Amino acid sequence: MEKKGWDGFEIGAMLRSFDGATQDIATTLPENRPYSQSNSFTASVADWRIEKPLFNKEYCIDCQFCWIYCPDMSIISRDKKMVGIDFDHCKGCGICVQVCPTNPKSLLMFPEQKDEEAALAEWPKKEKKADAEVKED
Amino acid sequence: MADTMELRDIEVWDGNMAASHALRQAQVDVVAAYPITPSTPIVENYANFTANGYVDGEFVMTESEHGAMSCCIGAAAAGGRVATATSSQGFALMVETLYSASGMRLPIVLNVVNRALGAPLNVNGDHSDMYLGRDSGWIQLDAYCPQEAYDMNFIAFRVTEDHDVRLPAIVNQDGFMTSHTAQGVKTLSDEVAYKFVGEYKPMNDMLDLDHPVTHGVQTEEDWHFEHKARQQHALMTIVIPKIEAAFADFEKLTGRKYNIVETYNMEDAEVAVVCMGTSVETAREVAVEMREQHGIKAGVIGIRVFRPWPLQQIAAALKDVKAVGLLDRSSPHGAMGTLYNEVSGALFNTDTKAVLTNYIYGLGGRDLTKAHLTAIFKELKANADAGKPTTPLQQYIGLRGPKLSFF
Repeated sequence: MEKKGWDGFEIGAMLRSFDGATQDIATTLPENRPYSQSNSFTASVADWRIEKPLFNKEYCIDCQFCWIYCPDMSIISRDKKMVGIDFDHCKGCGICVQVCPTNPKSLLMFPEQKDEEAALAEWPKKEKKADAEVKED
Repeated sequence: MADTMELRDIEVWDGNMAASHALRQAQVDVVAAYPITPSTPIVENYANFTANGYVDGEFVMTESEHGAMSCCIGAAAAGGRVATATSSQGFALMVETLYSASGMRLPIVLNVVNRALGAPLNVNGDHSDMYLGRDSGWIQLDAYCPQEAYDMNFIAFRVTEDHDVRLPAIVNQDGFMTSHTAQGVKTLSDEVAYKFVGEYKPMNDMLDLDHPVTHGVQTEEDWHFEHKARQQHALMTIVIPKIEAAFADFEKLTGRKYNIVETYNMEDAEVAVVCMGTSVETAREVAVEMREQHGIKAGVIGIRVFRPWPLQQIAAALKDVKAVGLLDRSSPHGAMGTLYNEVSGALFNTDTKAVLTNYIYGLGGRDLTKAHLTAIFKELKANADAGKPTTPLQQYIGLRGPKLSFF
C-alpha cells in the first residue's frame, strides 16, 4: 500500500482499531472483525523471532494455558480447542512452552528454520516419573 | 450539578485566583496537579472549589508534575476537558509529557506561572520556563496582569478544543508580579463564561467504545516526519486565525480587545521595545514619559501569542521603527536572547533596516525599573540617530558588578 502524505491521515498519534463502528467485538472471532489497515493485526512481526514454538496435538489436552498466557494473543483456539499458532504475531518468547503441563510438552521451541515435520518426527518421548524427579534434583 | 458562584462585577483577585476562577467557570472535567510555587494557589483554590461543590469534575493529586501532565493526557485522550497549572522546575519535569500532549493533538490548558529555573534555586519570576517550552508544540499565550490571566484562560479553552486545532495551550503569567498581586478583575458570570467556552466536544475519545482507538502510537522513519509536519501545519496556518476569531468574540462579549501582537504608541514610533509579561505595562508607562519628558517617540510591542510565533504581525508592527530593543527575561546561556533572534528573523528579509539590540533583564525576579527602561529608550534613540548600534548587541540590565555585555 502506498503510504499517505502528511495531509492524508487523521490528526494525532492515533490509530483506529476497526473500520466503522463495532458492537460485540468480544464475541466476534478475529477473522470476522473489521480490522482497519492500521491495526497491528494486519502487520507481521514474524522476523522478530529467532526461535519458534511448534505444536504437537498428539499430546495436547486443551487446557488453554498457552492461550491464556500468550502475551501477544498468538495462540489460536476455537471452541476451547487449541488449533495452532499465529506466526505473523508470535515473537518466540517461549512462555507457551513453559506453561504447557503435558508430558511430553505439546509445545516446544525450535530454531526458526526447523522443518515442522522433522520436528514432530523427533519429538521427545514421555519422561518416566523417576527420571523426571532425578532431573528436577 | 455544580453550584453557581455569585461574583461581583469587579473582584479583587491576584493572577492565581483569576486563573482558578476561569478553570472553575469552564467546568473542567479533570484537573490533575502537583502544586509548585508560585502557581500553587491556582490548583489549591480549584481544589477548594471542588470540595465546596462548585465543580463537577475530578481533582487528582498526582505524585509529580510528570504524573500530573501524564494524567491530563490520559484524561484528554479519554475525552474530557482538562487543565492544570505549574511553574519552573515542575514545568521542567513536565517537558517530556508536553511533547506527548501536543504530538497526540490533545486539548489541554496549562497555566504556567513563570518562574526562574535553578540552579541557584529561585522561586521568583522570569521567563526561563516559558522559553523552555517554546519548541514543545504548545500554543503559548501571555498575560500581563490578573485580568488577562483570567481572560486568556477562556481564549485558551476555545482555541485548544477547536477540532481544527486540537493543540494544547499554555497561559503564561509572571510569577508573583502577576500571580500574587491583587488587582481589580472584571468578571463574567458563571453562565456567560461557560457559554463563551462552550460545551466540550469530544474527538476520537477512548470512551467511545463503538470506535476503539489507540492513542500515543509509535512511528519510525516511515511516519514520524509526516505527523510532525501536520502539527507544524496546524500551528503555522490554523491557530492564529482561530485565536483572532476567539479574540473578536471575546471583545463582543466583554469589550476587552486583545491582539496577536499588542502595539502601544507604535503609529509614529521611532524606537520601540519588545517584551512580555508585566514588563509590558511598565514599558508602556515609560514610553509615554519618553514622549512627554524626553521628546523620544517611543513605542512598546507586547507579545500576546508567543507560540505560534507571529512572524508576519511582528514584521508589520516594526516596519517603520528605526531601533528596537529586544528584552529577554531568561538567560540565553551561550546565545543571543530568543526575542532578539526571532524578531531578527521576522525582519531580516523585509525592507526594515531597524537597528536591533538585546537586553537581558530581571532574572530570578530582579526588578525591571522605570529608570532601566528610560536608559534603554535613550540608547535606542542613539542607535536610531546613528543608524547603527552604539552599544554592544547584548547587554545585561540591573546586574551588580562590572558592566556585562557581548558582541
